[in-house]
Amino acid sequence: MAVVSTESMPVQSEPDVVTVRRRVRDASARLGFSLVDQTKVVTAASELARNTIIYGGGGTLQMELLNGPRNGLRLIFEDKGPGIADIDLALRDGFTTGSGLGLGLGGAKRLVSDFEIASRLGEGTRVTITRWK
Amino acid sequence: MEKIPILRMGEFLLVTIQVDMHDRLAMTLQDDLTQMITVSEARGVLIDISSLEIVDSFIGRMLGNIAAMSRVLDAETVVVGMQPAVAITLVELGLSLSGVRTALNVDAGMELLRSSLNGSKVLYGSRVD
Repeated sequence: MAVVSTESMPVQSEPDVVTVRRRVRDASARLGFSLVDQTKVVTAASELARNTIIYGGGGTLQMELLNGPRNGLRLIFEDKGPGIADIDLALRDGFTTGSGLGLGLGGAKRLVSDFEIASRLGEGTRVTITRWK
Repeated sequence: MEKIPILRMGEFLLVTIQVDMHDRLAMTLQDDLTQMITVSEARGVLIDISSLEIVDSFIGRMLGNIAAMSRVLDAETVVVGMQPAVAITLVELGLSLSGVRTALNVDAGMELLRSSLNGSKVLYGSRVD
């Protein structure tokens, strides 16, 4: 499997969420994803980008287009926020420390093929999702 | 500031969301709509989301809020035109939009609003008897 291209973008403010959605949409279309798969990965990206801003205080998205037996799109959201104390709890539907629905993390996980989360208290959070074609 | 236009058509308000919905715009629409319902004494709100390429949990929550707020203000809300890919994603995300009435397209949505309005008039009439 080869990383064909890597693109990095800021996830700092609300308008960035819209930009993230557009870029992810373009990339998934370029990889030949079906409309449903495009919609799923864009929706997951929207949830995670908003989390990065609200809970992580802003961060970055690294987007990797993967080429191999199957094409894929990998998105790495990284922030230097307070970190997540209990990841299992954070992934549970309906749990939120903010004012949302508590569907962001768990929902995003359901919409992609691979989901990884690494977080350290006081250092930040990195969420990596991959959707294969 | 960017705003989503709200059109008045008789007893109903029509909203077509055609822009990429960012969070603040969604909040503004929520406020504007409740304001308009009160001012215009509208009995129904039709929201066309056929141009929306995604509905995430934030937009989903906004649609739920609008439906709940308008119900309190004695107006029905119908969301129409959801793209199939959006519906599939929404359910997988974990959002069922419970409490939000939906219809396939604008025509079906208007029909639903009219019939529920007529239904409530008949109901009130029979109560007086």
